[in-house]
Amino acid sequence: MELNFPSTPFKTHGGAAVPHRKNTAQKQSVSMPAPSQVVIPMSMHVGAPCVPLVKTGDLVTVGQKIAESPAFVSAPIHATVSGKVNGIKKVMLPGGNYTDAIIIDSDGEMTVSPDVKPPVVNSLQDFLSALKESGLVGLGGAGFPAHVKLNVPKDKKVDTLIINCAECEPYLTPDNREAVENTASVVEGAGIVKKWLGLERCIIAIENNKPDAIAAIKKELEDKEKSQNDTIRVLPLRATYPQGAEKVLIKACTDREVGMGKLPADAGCIVMNITSCAFVADYMRTGMPLVKKRLTVDGSAIKEPMNVVVPIGTKISDVIAFVGTKAEPRKILMGGPMMGMAVPSMEVPILKQNNGLLCFDEKDAHMLEPTACIRCGRCVMGCPMNLMPARLETFSKAKDVDQLIEFDVMNCMECGTCAFNCPAHRPLVQAIRLGKGLVRAKQAADKAKAQKAKEAEGNK
Amino acid sequence: MAEKLIVSSSPHIKAGITTRKIMLDVIIALIPACIASIIYFGWQAAMLLVVSVITCVVAEYICRKVMKRDNTIGDLSAVVTGLLVAMNVPSSLNPFMMMLGDVAAIVVVKQMFGGIGQNFVNPALIGRIILMNSFPGPMSSWTMTNYAIDGATTATPLGIVKMGLSDPLPNYLQMFLGNRGGCLGETCGLALLIGFAYLLIRKVISPVIPLCYIGTAALMSALLGRDVLFDILAGGLLLGAIFMATDYTTSPITIKGQVIYAIGCGVLTILIRKFGALPEGVSYSIIIMNLLVPLIERGTRPRTFGKERAKK
Repeated sequence: MELNFPSTPFKTHGGAAVPHRKNTAQKQSVSMPAPSQVVIPMSMHVGAPCVPLVKTGDLVTVGQKIAESPAFVSAPIHATVSGKVNGIKKVMLPGGNYTDAIIIDSDGEMTVSPDVKPPVVNSLQDFLSALKESGLVGLGGAGFPAHVKLNVPKDKKVDTLIINCAECEPYLTPDNREAVENTASVVEGAGIVKKWLGLERCIIAIENNKPDAIAAIKKELEDKEKSQNDTIRVLPLRATYPQGAEKVLIKACTDREVGMGKLPADAGCIVMNITSCAFVADYMRTGMPLVKKRLTVDGSAIKEPMNVVVPIGTKISDVIAFVGTKAEPRKILMGGPMMGMAVPSMEVPILKQNNGLLCFDEKDAHMLEPTACIRCGRCVMGCPMNLMPARLETFSKAKDVDQLIEFDVMNCMECGTCAFNCPAHRPLVQAIRLGKGLVRAKQAADKAKAQKAKEAEGNK
Repeated sequence: MAEKLIVSSSPHIKAGITTRKIMLDVIIALIPACIASIIYFGWQAAMLLVVSVITCVVAEYICRKVMKRDNTIGDLSAVVTGLLVAMNVPSSLNPFMMMLGDVAAIVVVKQMFGGIGQNFVNPALIGRIILMNSFPGPMSSWTMTNYAIDGATTATPLGIVKMGLSDPLPNYLQMFLGNRGGCLGETCGLALLIGFAYLLIRKVISPVIPLCYIGTAALMSALLGRDVLFDILAGGLLLGAIFMATDYTTSPITIKGQVIYAIGCGVLTILIRKFGALPEGVSYSIIIMNLLVPLIERGTRPRTFGKERAKK
């Protein structure tokens, strides 16, 4: 089948005209020097937590594997500074939950581990194992291990690779900077993934509010060899939120809908974040695993917004001290303002998938009090998943699990478009999250009940 | 330091729209019609508008107080209701009579069902209907406009047609500019259209309901062999289609639902005008369709993204 490249994006439903506030789009990223201490949690990804391979007092070097897990859905963790293991302690994650973390006191040398060497890849299997060893997880924010995502089941026919550089969240620009500062690796990485997975086309999707990124990648792709005979192309997208959400992006790039509860592979697509994609090329070339991350530090409490490249595990307080504040931060977000998580403490470390650190002052930290729903319908018009958020809020408050399921609550991706648009400031996303929790609890209970019934049957 | 950080659920920014801003936009959109009513009907019109707004706001304030609920007059919805009730009465109406309609709208229809967002029918229209049934005489005695051309009528154009009176009918231009008998706010089509344009520009309402409503009414009028332009300009069709049928609370929240709802309003309006005992049918047709909204919404739920299209 001949696959065509769309010249303009396909129509997507709803969305919100969020402010862009891309204050850092034109600024060269700054590398932060090694902090005196890094805190590396054992769970920075979707899947099984890792088990430490080092113990207190061990000397470690940059890129040395310090934790892994035998589980398939997991990603190993590497030392991000050179120095001495101070201890293994419970630390708080952005969500407020606790996990084990390896704490390393940096010697400030950033000595590179002798283990760091380019992987030898001769087959798809080699490629996937190399990816696993690299510790790569979805860098757009999802944190899903890359070797699992790219291990497409045999029965699914995937033809399209979509490189996600929509970056629709306000403030955030690390993907934009990646496209501009690391253009060659982006294109090379897309080529590597496309080649090993035997895909027919690759679409690099960039919102049209990043003209420099679009221009840089288009220029790189003018080379026939790099664009693999014009099978890798750029598609400028409309700059509207949530254009970068996986399902919305697939619709915009291919006009295909990912079914409810299905994966992109079911629609013949693989979506990869642009920074992840460039990392693949860098790793194949140098063998340096995922030890640092570029993030946008911005917000009303920050003096000079910028993109900083920090060792993973650097504490938020160190990053903020490096960048400098002009007011006391009252709310700190990991990620963008639409879907980012407000962290409870400045001691929380930067994780692999973090792409933004937003600090807001007193004025911006508070939200308006909710008032009564006036049934204006803005939440329904805006929902990219075509849900009815106001109804879901009602059902969630009433703990009506059957209606929550009937109205497809699980299809909500919590993009926040509904709550953003709501004139009554209803906490819609919060209510829907609780609703999803109710549905999950019911499903788990039903499963347990069925299991019990089955056992009782067996005992007879 | 750390415990001072504020933690809340995403999203952390808002579009900045509030209920109050929306209501303020509706009030601004009603100003041209208010000015037109004062130009045509003089100080009585101004007095009725002011009395109605004050009555509604005070009624809401007292009602919330008595029910021990938080004070909601700040959202300005009571002001909108007050303006709309006044726009739906003739200028000669005794203001004390009108106050009954105001109180019924705010207390019975709105607050007793839970306040803003919970009323099942349009409060201002119920106010009007209660007045029409309580005081049929005063509610259908029309004064001449200040600029009435010699021999102009004291009946509404629809009344003239319905009752087969011999009074001369105003021409289209006079009707469009509002120089005819009628309720305060309904006569001047021009002022209502300016308000409509404002609401569209401010994205307070979508054009779906007004256009489908007026379009259907025009089509029905043509099918029944009536004067289409006359039907659009006469009575309260424009006021109803732009300001009453588009009430958020009592209209469907899905686009498909809004289309069905507006078509229903249009069909009923012309049917009542043609076959009903009353000369005008806008109020009743909107109220009837308001009541059908839950049913319409049930039938027009949007298809969830990625869900199989229902097989027929």
